[in-house]
Amino acid sequence: MSSKSVLSVKNLSVSFSQYVKGLKQKIITPIGCLNIDLKAGEVHAVIGASGSGKSLLAHAVLGILPSNAICSGTMDYMGEPLTEKRIKQLRGKEIAFIPQSVNYLDPLMKVGKQIKIGLPKESASKTEAQLLQQYGLKQGDKERYPFELSGGMLRRILFATSVREGVKLVIADEPTPGIHPEALSAILNQLRAFADEGASVMLITHDIVSALSISDRVTVLREGEAIETVDVDCFHGKGEKLSHPYTKALWRSLPTNEFTLYQEVKLCH
Amino acid sequence: MEKIKFLGLKCIRGISLLIGLSILTFTMMHNSPIDPISAYIGSETSITLEQREALEEHWGLNDPPHVQYFTWLKNFIGGEMGNSKIQRRPVADIVAEKFTASFALMGISWVLSGSIGFCLGILAAVKKGKPTDRFIKWLSYIQASVPTFWLGLMLLIVFSVWLRWFPIGISVPIGVVSSQVTLWDRIHHMILPVATLSVLGIANVTLHTREKMIDVLNSEYVLFAKTRGETTWEILKNHGIRNVALPAITLHFAYFGELFGGSVLAEQVFSYPGLGSTLTEAGLKSDLPLLMGIVMISAIFVFAGNMIADILNAIINPRLKEGNTLD
Repeated sequence: MSSKSVLSVKNLSVSFSQYVKGLKQKIITPIGCLNIDLKAGEVHAVIGASGSGKSLLAHAVLGILPSNAICSGTMDYMGEPLTEKRIKQLRGKEIAFIPQSVNYLDPLMKVGKQIKIGLPKESASKTEAQLLQQYGLKQGDKERYPFELSGGMLRRILFATSVREGVKLVIADEPTPGIHPEALSAILNQLRAFADEGASVMLITHDIVSALSISDRVTVLREGEAIETVDVDCFHGKGEKLSHPYTKALWRSLPTNEFTLYQEVKLCH
Repeated sequence: MEKIKFLGLKCIRGISLLIGLSILTFTMMHNSPIDPISAYIGSETSITLEQREALEEHWGLNDPPHVQYFTWLKNFIGGEMGNSKIQRRPVADIVAEKFTASFALMGISWVLSGSIGFCLGILAAVKKGKPTDRFIKWLSYIQASVPTFWLGLMLLIVFSVWLRWFPIGISVPIGVVSSQVTLWDRIHHMILPVATLSVLGIANVTLHTREKMIDVLNSEYVLFAKTRGETTWEILKNHGIRNVALPAITLHFAYFGELFGGSVLAEQVFSYPGLGSTLTEAGLKSDLPLLMGIVMISAIFVFAGNMIADILNAIINPRLKEGNTLD
């Protein structure tokens, strides 16, 4: 992997101030000191248990953290700092976000109209037709409202609404839960295709098996820290090539491997 | 089929409401301490016992209450609302005349309070927590707590008495032939009552729109819209107004009842000759046919408002379109 870095996150930490018991304020830090580096043309899986900070990482990069969040560290996009102003210009153009739930579609707007948002007016209808075809949707589906479509179709609509031509970074936040195997492989192939066209894809998931099938590298998150970034080949055999005990445990716990219980492994910090 | 059933049920509900309301009004008037004959005659003149008995007989006051009620109901169903005792004119004519005056007053106030409230609510939600939001919220709480008649009096004192910008009351200038009353005269007389009545409704819509809009702005689809590069204005235009307008319009139609109640007070303060002030007069002079007529018409009016809200909801909301239940 010698291709250039698209996104480089260094020492990212995200904290929230919360009120506990009346007026006592408490700072919680779901992400502390996170480093990750995404290269052009790769699918980079980010795996970890629920609450390990996967989605927060995506939201931090996109600049959509809630207002009470405190964010520190540096983020570089294409070699230059990703400031708040810059991310606002890049979102929806070079940087695309594929959200995790179909609730991210406007319930009262026809899906066709949602696809057209942000497209240049003159060519919007043409591009819309192309996108529908590309994602295996019928042309008539554009006249429907989100509640009239199935989960698998809505997933594809989410792709069509977010990824635009010229995209350089795709951040997919759990794009696969709850869909049947056929749709799953279609979505994974689509993500792979984005990378093959030269974009960098951050695939956030807890579905390790699917992630491994298309990824080049894998970063394992645990309690807000990136404990290890390895090539996908390291997830092989008994996991001898994996260096961190947590990653090894994760690998061995899969049903297809040894199916060992996670708690048997003692973690040392 | 669902739609017919929906409308049928609504109509049955409406009719039973009217019957119940007419019985209630009749019972209350029947037991009112105000004697219709004394109220009709007034305190200055006196009549003999024979004259009084003749009048009682003529008005049917000697019949038992249920006979009186059913006579009224039979005539009402036949479209006959009877004659007003105090004005000695058909109730239908009076209601039609006063309703036009009140309708202009309430209609303008309704549109004004709706649009101003909606805009203020959106502005407050967008600026949530900032001074603009706090100011709008503060203003709304004040508006919601101020009684209509008091606000009317204050406006009268400031703008009519001190500044002399507006007339004290009535809908046309005093001492001018009705054919010479200009449109400007009517508007000029209407401004203060309309202002009073509008302010009453603004807070309601503002606070509701603000809450709904904050929910929408915190929704996942707005978060997604941000990641697609939509600006605040685009988010409002594409998703905000679409998702907030529906509940706001529904609420505002359902507000017809309060609007009517408010107009009774506002018209009283400004001596505006509309349905509201006529209703008060009918009540105080025990003019049963007139009172019943106005109560029925206003009930239909309020009921229609609620019904329009329900129907609009069904038409605009796509999720309720395809044969889904409406209730």
